[in-house]
Amino acid sequence: MAQHLSGLQMLTSNRLKSGDVLYRKGAGWVLTLAEGEVYATQAAADAALAAANAELVRNEFVSPYLFEVREKDGGIVPVKEREIIRAAGPTVHPHTGKQAGQYQ
Amino acid sequence: MLNPVMKSGPVEPNMYRYDEFDVKFVSERVEQFAGQVARRLSGALTEDQFKPLRLMNGLYLQLHAYMLRIAVPYGTLSSKQLRKLAHIARTYDKNFGHFTTRQNLQLNWIKLVDVPAILRELADVEMHCIQTSGNCIRNVTADQFAGATDEEIEDPRPLAEIIRQWSSLHPEFVFLARKFKIAVGAAPHDRAALQFHDMAVEIVRNAQGRVGYKVMAGGGMGRIPYIAHVMSEFVEREDILVYLEAVLRVYNQDSRRDNIHKQRIKILINAIGPEEMRRRVDREFQELKAMGTLQLPQDELDRITAYFAPPKFESGLSDTIPEAGADFANWVKTNISKHKAPGYAIATITLKTPGQVPGDATSEQMDVIADLMDAFSVGEVRVTHEQNLVLPHVRKKDLPVIFAKLKELDFAAPNAGLITDIIACPGLDYCDLANARSIPIAQNIARKFENLDRQHQIGELKIKISGCINACGHHHAGHIGILGVDKKGVEFYQLQLGGSSAEDASIGEIMGPGFTEHEIAGAVERVVNVYIAERKSGERFLDTYRRIGMEKFKAAAYETVAA
Repeated sequence: MAQHLSGLQMLTSNRLKSGDVLYRKGAGWVLTLAEGEVYATQAAADAALAAANAELVRNEFVSPYLFEVREKDGGIVPVKEREIIRAAGPTVHPHTGKQAGQYQ
Repeated sequence: MLNPVMKSGPVEPNMYRYDEFDVKFVSERVEQFAGQVARRLSGALTEDQFKPLRLMNGLYLQLHAYMLRIAVPYGTLSSKQLRKLAHIARTYDKNFGHFTTRQNLQLNWIKLVDVPAILRELADVEMHCIQTSGNCIRNVTADQFAGATDEEIEDPRPLAEIIRQWSSLHPEFVFLARKFKIAVGAAPHDRAALQFHDMAVEIVRNAQGRVGYKVMAGGGMGRIPYIAHVMSEFVEREDILVYLEAVLRVYNQDSRRDNIHKQRIKILINAIGPEEMRRRVDREFQELKAMGTLQLPQDELDRITAYFAPPKFESGLSDTIPEAGADFANWVKTNISKHKAPGYAIATITLKTPGQVPGDATSEQMDVIADLMDAFSVGEVRVTHEQNLVLPHVRKKDLPVIFAKLKELDFAAPNAGLITDIIACPGLDYCDLANARSIPIAQNIARKFENLDRQHQIGELKIKISGCINACGHHHAGHIGILGVDKKGVEFYQLQLGGSSAEDASIGEIMGPGFTEHEIAGAVERVVNVYIAERKSGERFLDTYRRIGMEKFKAAAYETVAA
């Protein structure tokens, strides 16, 4: 996902065993975007991605990549529709995905 | 709670049954992939090493989770198989599945650790996920009315099954430049989108009355759509595998491998020209034929054909459909097609009641349809590339009770072939490749045209929606096609008019700049209103468009947006 990103960013991946969407927090991962870490500088974002890439050998998660977020109503939301849907779940099946609170 | 369907137990339909070789082959493949999953989880395989292996077994990593694509060869399912799919969706997924435009079933919430168990369960009912993804020959599709319609020269499924066997783990074609899709049809009315396939076979009769095969190649949708060229007007029965192998061999040898967007056979054929392609195929065909190893023996064709023997149709049945109210009459008008046997009908179950996700079915709905299959359709159902299901052999006298049960399932919409019978890919709601959502657009348009009188007044109109240029929603072939695009992270939708996937195949013409998510359904409505105002007696939307062109439709579509 080599892209030209700017502004606030977050780091996401998928858990290898389950496919669950993950968000980076510190040196680990959490299951919701709201709990994830926001990187205010490109250097911080790049460092987080580099750390995650170095951890791929643990075979716990796959395909880490950065994406842009912005502040809205006191919270953090993704800039792109794709990441909004990834963070919540399919808009057509509200009983599925993170929006349903089905974390495993 | 749904009322049970009265039945006497599972019915075994006439369809291909695994022999010892098939059982061993699928079983070994399941255990091979189970080993690969274990090695991935242990770290013995990296993700880069594992990805092509999982794709060859139908396992994707999508936007939210793993997605498993289960092959439904030429769209034919037994009730036992459908119940197994319902069980798998209930046990390992979120209680629903999605029927696709390649007549397959996708499960969207699969865990990698569960995949070996799922594959073992599928193998128990003679199913698998082999070659539902990756750069190989994909699941072979066919006319969903095969073996039931009186239009066909012969049932195309035996040939589709022979092609499936020939193409499964074919040593020369397991790692092609790109994916390769094959369809088979046997009727003048093309329900299988033959001309949009990498290769297609139409069963034909020549001037001498002999049955053989017309072979087409180079069709496709995606970034650069093309309609297939005829490679041979008539291939003799015994030579069909030789000929298909010749086409594949030329493609495999001569296709580009340096640019992912230019690696399909359609690009090769249009680069060298259909004449040159035919010359190369014929040269290869003659060489292969001289070797004499790929000829299809008549006894083998007969052996496979015997699996698909027509069911024993009852004689003396009334050929009249009973009266059962206005709703039922409307359903009959659109969803019932002529069967070859007196007293029988073909019933299309549209998974498209306005507001529904096109192609989705819950485990409970699948179970009840399996019961209907056993009770009323010799244990068989067909999946269509338009994301519907078909009961192929139904007694006309049973139609009212089938309709009543489908109403309970919310699958009794009388809209087959109408404007609300929309094809939509999973789009950005699920797909990692998508740029925009497809399903909510389909839902909005279907709700806008929900009024049944209006739908019938409009008549045949096929809307097809894709969430990206890969065109899984067949937008190029929609009478009205819609392509979702991403503009700086926001979804927009381009309109295309005039496409067709039927025997009058054509590629839709792009209208102009895209519409927003909130504008697109209104733009479609204004386009339809132009058709209603301009059409001549008996004209479908497609006919009117072909007669008057884009201009009036375009002016109307952008009218309100510009105001």
